[in-house]
Amino acid sequence: MTAFIARRLLQAVFVMLVVSLIAFALFRFVGDPVAQMVGQETSLADQARLRASMGLDDPVLVQYGRFLQRLVTADFGYSYRTRQAITEMILSRAPATIELGFVSLLVSLIIGVPAGIYTAIRKHGVLANAILILTLVGISVPTFVIGIGLITVFGVQLGWLPTFGRGDTVALGGWNTNFLTLDGWRSILMPALTLGVYQLTLTMRLVRAEMQGVLKSDFIRFARARGIDYSSLYLNHALRNTLVPVITIVGLQFGGVIAFSIVTEAVFQWPGLGLLFLDSIRYVDIPVMSTYLVLIALMFVTINLLVDLSYALIDPRVRLPGKGS
Amino acid sequence: MLSGTWSRWQRFRVDNELAHLFLHSPVAIVSALVATLAVLAALLAPVISPFDPYDIGGIDLLDSLLPPAWTPEGDARFPIGTDDQGRDLYSAILYGLRLSLLVGVLSVSFAALLGVTLGLIAGWFGGWVDALVMRIADVQLALPAILTALLVDGIARGILPDGSHDRLMLVVLTVAIGLSLWVDFARTARASTLVEKRKEYVQAAIIMGMHPLKILTRHVLPNILGPLLVILTIDLAVAILLEATLSFLGVGVPPNQPSLGTLIEIGTGYLFSGEWWIVLFPALALVTLIVSVNVLGDFLRDVFDPRLR
Repeated sequence: MTAFIARRLLQAVFVMLVVSLIAFALFRFVGDPVAQMVGQETSLADQARLRASMGLDDPVLVQYGRFLQRLVTADFGYSYRTRQAITEMILSRAPATIELGFVSLLVSLIIGVPAGIYTAIRKHGVLANAILILTLVGISVPTFVIGIGLITVFGVQLGWLPTFGRGDTVALGGWNTNFLTLDGWRSILMPALTLGVYQLTLTMRLVRAEMQGVLKSDFIRFARARGIDYSSLYLNHALRNTLVPVITIVGLQFGGVIAFSIVTEAVFQWPGLGLLFLDSIRYVDIPVMSTYLVLIALMFVTINLLVDLSYALIDPRVRLPGKGS
Repeated sequence: MLSGTWSRWQRFRVDNELAHLFLHSPVAIVSALVATLAVLAALLAPVISPFDPYDIGGIDLLDSLLPPAWTPEGDARFPIGTDDQGRDLYSAILYGLRLSLLVGVLSVSFAALLGVTLGLIAGWFGGWVDALVMRIADVQLALPAILTALLVDGIARGILPDGSHDRLMLVVLTVAIGLSLWVDFARTARASTLVEKRKEYVQAAIIMGMHPLKILTRHVLPNILGPLLVILTIDLAVAILLEATLSFLGVGVPPNQPSLGTLIEIGTGYLFSGEWWIVLFPALALVTLIVSVNVLGDFLRDVFDPRLR
């Protein structure tokens, strides 16, 4: 077990090192950092002094070491465009994206789990087949088209929901939340649904597959023979046994939701991390780009690591020698 | 030559099965027809479209924002209306389809070439080569496709001199999307190679002293084509989706060139003023294309993965 954990940890550290190397190379070699920071009237001598004071004349390896050191202490430097400290920018934008991701996962669970159970029980029903066809459409329609469709219907035609921004938020310390005002809830609904559709189809298909597997097992057959009524059979006996893998996978999806919120945030002008990253791409704001890159990778690596370790705890086969990697 | 005839027989059997299952699946036939139609429309766009959206001289701003021909204010010249610059939407969609498919095919080919090569090498040689390739794949897997594509696009913006970005757009998009899709190919090729390598025909070829390159291309590759074809189809849909997304976000195809993503982006600006056709028809074209490719991919996966049957 210790060897397994050590190997997985090493792999995670390796991935993060490579990602940080990419981020460093981005910062150091795409464009000239000094030219980005000074105005046109700055003399060459001043530029050289700035270059030296930033340590850009040192050997590349030394610079990379310093870069890593700053990353570890969460010091991401300054944006070329806004001149703000990136750590502050990230912290002020993160709540919007995290809340959006949270609500979209919630939406995907609230709709996806019942739909999955239903399609597993009524395997050949008309409604079940219709739901299955809808999920194929669900994964084929690009996120931005879903968002535009929702805006057209609920924003333009019916006029029920706001079409952009976060609406009224309440500040709790440094955290601006949508959850304490009606307007905040109304604003988050459409973006969360847009972002959640893909997760929803995934959750539904997973619940359906797991349920079908469990329903075939012996203990369900015995329970059926004992005459337990159907709602208790499906919900207490079968569903409970499907929830562990479902929750694991949904948890795993949280990283994906945060990353894919780029598109949703662009459609709804949601002021989160995705929009920040997109602006950094448009204006070639390298420090912001590389910070976002490192953060997303860190999130994915951490989540993957946790999932691997929890599987290893539950299922000893995973950590047997030769089966890993 | 016993091994050769055996594998050829197997291939024949699978091919036959493919045709058989295909002819018995109405959904697959319809989506194949739709996809073929889209490819034909894309290839023949310069011939069949009434206007050339790239020809600025042929565009009249007075024709801008005309609704489809069947509405009272419509113009018979423009069957489904015009966009904000007075371009015929029908022609623009045909050319957009052309660009979407071109970028999709190019980037998936790039991803397949890179991924399959790395996967074959990793699976065949094992050891540190294998470890290296798989660790690079780990890094790639920590970065979602859309992020990789955006990042490569952003880097290209930073490196390339001003103005050349538009000219090199195709190359940039191909690399950006291709790099975000290669891992699936590499993993599948590696896993299949590991399996094939233990089989007798490959062992026999090794003993006969055949060059590894020849074994890989002549024997291993043809026998792992099935699973690769499935990924190829599914990733084509993903690539088209990524291209449309990048163009929609304004970092893909330049706005003056008609792509389905840019057309939809233009259309969203007119959602509130009632010009619904600019966003609706390109979106329909895009979704139809992706759905048909996805359905084909699903069908192929069912055929090649017997566990699902």
